[in-house]
Amino acid sequence: MMNPMKNALLALGLTLSMALTLSAGSALAEGVKLPERDWSFNGMFGTFDRGSQQRGFQVYKEVCASCHSLRLLAYRNLAGIGMSADQIKAVAAEFEVTDGPNAEGAMYTRPARPSDRFAAPFANDNAARTANNGALPPDLSLMAKARKGGADYLHALLTGYKEAPPEGVTLSEGMQYNTYFAGNQIAMAAPFADSAVEYADGTKATKDQIATDISTFLAWAAEPELEERKRLGIKVLLFLIVLTAMLYAVKRQVWKDLH
Amino acid sequence: MSNKFFENPVIKWVEYRLPIFSFIDESVGSGYPTPKNLNYWWNFGSLAGIVLTILIVTGIVLAMSYTPHVDYAFESVERIMRDVNYGWLLRYIHMNGGSMFFILVYIHMFRGMYYGSYKEPRELLWIIGVFIVLAMMATAFMGYVLPWGQMSFWGATVITNLFSAVPIIGDSIVTWLWGGFSIDNPTLNRFFSFHYLLPFVIFALVFVHLWALHVHKSNNPLGVDIKGPEDTIPFHPYYTIKDLYGLGILMIFFMFFVFFAPNFFGEPDNYIKADPLVTPPHIVPEWYFLPFYAILRAVPDIWFISAKLGGVIAMFGSILILILLPWLDRSPVRSARFRPIYRQLFWVFVVDCFILGWVGANSPDAVFHGIPFLWIGQASTAYYFAHFLFIIPLVSILEKPKMPPESINAAVTNKGAAS
Ligand code: HEC
Ligand code: HEM
Repeated sequence: MMNPMKNALLALGLTLSMALTLSAGSALAEGVKLPERDWSFNGMFGTFDRGSQQRGFQVYKEVCASCHSLRLLAYRNLAGIGMSADQIKAVAAEFEVTDGPNAEGAMYTRPARPSDRFAAPFANDNAARTANNGALPPDLSLMAKARKGGADYLHALLTGYKEAPPEGVTLSEGMQYNTYFAGNQIAMAAPFADSAVEYADGTKATKDQIATDISTFLAWAAEPELEERKRLGIKVLLFLIVLTAMLYAVKRQVWKDLH
Repeated sequence: MSNKFFENPVIKWVEYRLPIFSFIDESVGSGYPTPKNLNYWWNFGSLAGIVLTILIVTGIVLAMSYTPHVDYAFESVERIMRDVNYGWLLRYIHMNGGSMFFILVYIHMFRGMYYGSYKEPRELLWIIGVFIVLAMMATAFMGYVLPWGQMSFWGATVITNLFSAVPIIGDSIVTWLWGGFSIDNPTLNRFFSFHYLLPFVIFALVFVHLWALHVHKSNNPLGVDIKGPEDTIPFHPYYTIKDLYGLGILMIFFMFFVFFAPNFFGEPDNYIKADPLVTPPHIVPEWYFLPFYAILRAVPDIWFISAKLGGVIAMFGSILILILLPWLDRSPVRSARFRPIYRQLFWVFVVDCFILGWVGANSPDAVFHGIPFLWIGQASTAYYFAHFLFIIPLVSILEKPKMPPESINAAVTNKGAAS
């Protein structure tokens, strides 16, 4: 009787691992392995590194925001990276948004408020394409969830540019060679080099550090609930384990007189 | 339920007018006799029922914040994730609940195949089960379209396009299904409507399933009939507590995914909003459809039947063939425990299903150690059908089964001799 039970558990384990390793993936260069990084938000007890998140926001604001929108985020969400209400108000006020119509029926611009969504760099996709040689810089709100590998992929992509393509590969007009991008030819120029930003907290802005920080920030932007989810999950699992152990004891007790 | 309970005047008053308490007692209480030797494989049916309930409850609450419109669906799901209180929890429970439901029901079905639960007098019970899986598949397929991500859109495109394989009227059927000339807002709206309706149809089917179950009671690991009261124990408290313990184990497994790997069963591409102009490099369905997807793509052009039509026939046939199982299997012995050959072949069949799932996850053009996936898919598809059409009928006639015990009670009181 134990035998079919074991077999089936084995089979179940096999499917799960198969699903994990073999399901065909989304945009990622064929045959390259992503370096796995030790993110602070990995694992059952993982949380975001606040300093890294805030530096990452600085990178987004100073570098990426000129091309990429982050339209699922509102300024008020920045409380999630540890910014105070006043800081958020100040950040929002740096951006202009269109509002209206006013009493006279005219649209007008005003400084953004914490409740506004992040202002986008372009009015629409066509404007974004025109400014980028026909390539569309995608919205980054869910980027960390929309690519296999998540933050690992983002870090690898942002540091995976090659000065010159390998022999035998000719790049199309306006394209760069990137080891990790699907098809290896990417329309986005390497967005930063060493010291591209000057961190307010004095952290040395190496290329690797910048990539780590922006990846952390984007991982949070895609899963702002991550910390709460894991915290609650630990409690739920502990509760269930105790409850199940008790149910097992009761089951033994109830069935005792039968055996 | 104790007699004391039925002596309570309020209970008596209600019971006289509507015998609901004795109905409950005879369905899942002390008045329902159950074989005393059921093992843990008999937990999966009630677990599936609980997960179905969880799916319906979370689904109804999700629908309160979801907008079935091509311009807003994707954003409304993200609003649920970000702005609705515990919306992320609701959505992750619903998403992973779908996968749990299929895991449980697939195990439940393999259980039935191993212990011969589909045999006389439980044929209708089994056939209702087959309709339940079909309804589950339709529900899950349409539910996956609702978040309007890239896989939602392209998965729906691939699957609905299959109907164009029907001779002559195929294209008209597809236009009719879509409510237009492409997958668009009308399609999304009707899918939402059906996704809300079908779970209640499943619920009704489960009710009929249980009605049939309660006529001849559960089968059991020995596959011998209940001969008398000495073979049974009351459902309550014995199986209520056993089912609750099983539920605890399931919940630990289920909640692990919900809280720590919520997107494990999903595809990253579904976090990209649907774009009719950009085809994803690999279109894959959810994991529980992978074996059927492999069967769909395995069939070549045969004579005047196009590969597409043949694939569709094979795919639906692979499920519908289960309806015939009670008559394909001629063996008088139910449980595989007493069928040495069938028992081996059962496990070969299980492995074949896993191979099909693996093939379904890969592009047919891909190769595995020099062997094209297409060939692996064709071989395992052929084996799938051969299992039902040749292996089961032949083995059931040729195999010499071992002698099952006289009765459940005889085997249980004489432990060791049976298993
Ligand atoms: C000058 C404009 C520009 C800037 C600045 C820029 N990007 Fe991009 N980005 C693009 C374009 C254009 C694409 C589309 C590339 C393509 O499809 O080939 C892109 C694509 C991407 C992608 C998607 C890659 C994929 O897998 O599809 C990511 C992630 C990304 N950028 C991140 C960033 C980050 C992070 C920054 C800031 C550090 C940044 N970008 C700065 C223009 C820009
Ligand atoms: C919504 C999905 C389903 C639910 C909720 C469900 C529920 C149940 C329950 C509660 C039982 C009794 C407990 C048990 O024996 O495990 C049962 C028995 C049974 N089910 Fe299902 N079921 C479902 C789907 C299916 C499917 C898809 C099949 C097969 C095609 C199936 C075949 C059977 C059979 C043959 C029995 C009798 C088993 C026996 O006593 O040995 N069921 N079901």
